[in-house]
Formats: sequence, structure tokens, C-alpha cells
Amino acid sequence: MSALRFADIAGWRAAAADQDPIAAARTMAEAAQPALNALITPAVVTGPHTATAGGALAGIPYAHKDLFCTAGLRTTAGSRMLDGFVPPYDATVSARLDQAGAVCIGKANMDEFAMGSSNENSAFGAVRNPWDLQRVPGGSSGGSAALVAAGIVPFATGSDTGGSVRQPAAFCGVTGFKPSYGRISRYGMIAFASSLDQAGVIARHARDCAEVLNCLAGFDPRDATSVERPAEDFVAACDRGVRGLRIGIARELYSAGIRSEIADCTRAALAELERAGALLVDIELPRLQLSVPAYYVIAPAEASSNLARYDGVRYGHRAEAARDLNDLYARSRSEGFGTEVKRRILVGTFVLSAGYYDAYYLRAQQVRRLIAEDFARAFAGVDVIAGPTTPDVAFRIGEKADDPLAMYAADINTVAVNLAGLPAISVPCGFVDGLPVGLQLIGPAWGEASLFAAAHGYQQISDWHFRTPQFGAGVPS
Amino acid sequence: MHIDNADLDRLARLARLGLDNGERERLMASIDSVLDMVSALRNVDVNAVLPMAHPHDAQLRLRADEVDEVDCQSALEKIAPEMQSGLYLVPKVIE
Repeated sequence: MSALRFADIAGWRAAAADQDPIAAARTMAEAAQPALNALITPAVVTGPHTATAGGALAGIPYAHKDLFCTAGLRTTAGSRMLDGFVPPYDATVSARLDQAGAVCIGKANMDEFAMGSSNENSAFGAVRNPWDLQRVPGGSSGGSAALVAAGIVPFATGSDTGGSVRQPAAFCGVTGFKPSYGRISRYGMIAFASSLDQAGVIARHARDCAEVLNCLAGFDPRDATSVERPAEDFVAACDRGVRGLRIGIARELYSAGIRSEIADCTRAALAELERAGALLVDIELPRLQLSVPAYYVIAPAEASSNLARYDGVRYGHRAEAARDLNDLYARSRSEGFGTEVKRRILVGTFVLSAGYYDAYYLRAQQVRRLIAEDFARAFAGVDVIAGPTTPDVAFRIGEKADDPLAMYAADINTVAVNLAGLPAISVPCGFVDGLPVGLQLIGPAWGEASLFAAAHGYQQISDWHFRTPQFGAGVPS
Repeated sequence: MHIDNADLDRLARLARLGLDNGERERLMASIDSVLDMVSALRNVDVNAVLPMAHPHDAQLRLRADEVDEVDCQSALEKIAPEMQSGLYLVPKVIE
């Protein structure tokens, strides 16, 4: 089996010629489950997949974040509310991966309704980081990142509302990509905050993220926010090189909360890129500090509205023996949702309620525009912006569980990207205390090509993304 | 901003959310601290700034006025907690 533990899609593809990589990935996932708890539901895969016909990702196994609807396969969003929910239809992301020939080996664990940065908010238990089983893998796409880091699958899907692909990728030492808002259809991706949510990809290599994006990107009439744009080849963009690429460095991405060793790792990575021919340019993002407060008004507001659909009537959890309709709603939702989801619904309800709407929600939307304008100004002079993905390395399970504010504050370098609808990628750039560190590269809207040129260019001159944990199912060196 | 018991009751009622006693204490304190944190927005000059509801300020598209969905009633019936004769069942609302 170890011969099948390859580092990238190409390796798995080569193995598919004469072996069954799907069976191998499933066996590894099953063996890792007691330690990692990275899957919520294993997929039933029928037949061997040695003969691979058609499709850009034919015969490639992947883990699918349990936020994407999969027809006939339980989809929980990490919530008790959807414990028994078997969707009658496929998300567009699920359908496109299916068309490409990729094979889902299971639904990856996640923070409930994608609300969290540690995966401790899952109704199906915390996921463990393969680099240190006492630590969180990050969230909300924690199961996806852990499975890729452990070498069990070459890629996994994720979703990113405020950093939920990039932060777990950074914590697990893998690459996490979030596209421009509107690039990938949200149809069938269970909604958290509709103006911020985007599907993303976690893989070991930026080039593999590009390969998967080639299959996922594109207009979808079923998502009103999907944007119609000419097709691009993101794999080809990887080979553009970094010579002459202008990389913006904002001191605001190195704020007081960023641990100095993390900052040092990312500065060393940027120096490498400069030696390879990139130009480092100082820029300013003066309102970045306001992104956390703006995000924690807008995201809960949209969540409170989106999650109103869970009423115990049409699908999802229903409380027993309700006295009346209001009792049915209140008890079904009380039993179905966990504490973090309730907190965000209540905060969202507050900021949208009469008397507070203007002071909170409307004002947050105005600040959102100011933050987006800061990015637009910065991108007039640079191709990408770079900085640390997270302020620190993965923390211990339970360490921040009682302090939501500390957890929110750590989103400082990721949420602004979602507010502005920009693409971004986190690539491994070093280790602190034996744990992985991520370098975040941010692109202008629809600037994925530059982002992949920078990310792949960096991975050509570094080998951090090849480092694997000691964990049992790790890829061979 | 301080949320008291009456505020929490009002929010829970608006959100149709039942809360048990242990949960109330924890949520009340943390909602206070979230609202404190977001109060930083008050100090920003937003005069004449248009609110931004969509990342690309895009207009929602209109599609052709044609039926393009098939009837999926039987699929939806299968995932409903309680159905009868093609209707969703809820507790009695009219005496």
C-alpha cells in the first residue's frame, strides 16, 4: 500500500495504471480515522478503479468537505441538525468532480456549518492535526486539511468564508486555495454567509490546486452569484514564473498579534522569491484592523438569515412532541445547533434587529467597502500581496475553546480577503516549534493566474510542501 | 453594549431558538464581548460611503422566463421529517 502514498495528483495517476488507488486511499482513511477523526461519512465506492477512462481527474481519490451536497450520500455540515440528511441532488462542485472522474472517498469533518477555526465545533467530534495529535488542524475545513497532510488523498475540497481553507492548510503544512468570489458555483454548498462563501481546494502542491480549479471554475446558471468569464488554464499559469512579479508587503499584515517567528518564516520566503526575480514593494492596507469587526457583524447577520431555513418541518432535525409551531421551531433548532452556531445566530439577529441595524450591519457594510477600496488601491501597483496566513501555529485542542474572541482575533489576516471577494492561497513556508507555517498570497479579483504563478514559483524553489508528518499514513520521502 | 436577560429572550424569540439555563449564561457573556469587539466600527468615518452587499457590486442576473426545473416532490417528501398526502405536517395552529 505504501507505494500508493504519492505526494501529488500525478503520482496517484501513475499508480492508477496498474493498481487501485481508491481502495488504497479508503484503507488509509479507515486506518487513520481513530487517530484523526477526519471523516464524518465514508463514501460507498463501487467496483475497482484501476481502469480509468476519461476525465481530467479520472481515478483520483479525494475527500469532500461535508458542506457540499452529494446525492444519496449523507451530508451533515458537521451539525446534529443534518445528522440524517441525505441530499436528493449534487452540488455543482460534486457534479463537476464527478464529471472529471475524481472519486470521493468520504465526507470530511468540519466545524458546524463552517463556523470555527479549530474543528472543535463539529457535532461529530474534533479533528486532530497529523503533525501533533494534541493540536487542532484548524478550521473550518479541518478534516480536509488533515487528510491531505497525512497523505491519504492528493486533494480535498474546502470552503472559505473567512479563512476556512487557508488557515487549516497553514496549520497542517499543505496548500489551500480560495478563488475570487463567483469563480466556483455555490449551488449545493450549504450556505453560511452567502456574500462571503466560496468553495476552495486543499492539496500538497499549488499546481494540483490549479488542476482541480480547472475542473471546478466556470459559470453556473443555478448560482445567481456565479460570474460568467472566459475559461482560463490555471495549470499553464503556474509556469509563468516569478521574475518581474510585483509582490506587495503590507506592514498591517505583520500586526502586533503576529508571533515574531511566524513573521520571520514568511520574510525568509519573500526573500527567496526576491532572489528568484520577484520585486518586493511596500504597500498599505490601512483599514485591515477593521476587517475582524466588520466580518463578525456581516457573517453572523447572513448566517442568522441563512440558518432560518432549519425549522424542523421540511428537512433536518425535528424535536419530538412539540406543543405548538413556535415550540417546534425553537426546540428543533435548540437541539440541532451547537453553541457557536447559536452564538452567531443571536449576534446576527441582534445586528439586524430594529434599532441596531444602522449602527451595526449597515456600518459594517460601509467599512467593508473601505477595506475593499484599500485592496483595489494596493493592487494598482502590485500583482499579489503577501504575508503570514495566521498569527501563530496550530494551538492545543481545548486551548481556546472557551474564548471565542481569541479565536476570532486570529482571523486577522484572512477575513479581509473574503470581505473584498479576492482570491488567495496559503503555501507552506517553514516550521515553528515543529509545526507548519503558512505564507498567504492574495490576488486582485480574477487574478488567480498571478497567484498560481507566485505560489507554484515559490514551490519550485522551496521544499516545505514536501515535508510530511510522522503520522502513520504519511507520504514517502 | 450590554445584553441582559430580557434582551437575550427577545433575540432568542426573534431567532426561534430555545436556550437552556447553562447555555444562557455562557452566551450572554460572549455576545457582550463580541459586541464590544465590533464597536470599533463606530469610530470609522463612513460618511457618504455606499454600503457594500456584494464583493463585486454585481447586479443579480435575470434568466429567461422558462420552466427549467423538473418536479421533485417525491424526492423532497423522502427527506421531510413528517409528511402526509404530499403535505408537510406541523403542530396544530388553528383551534
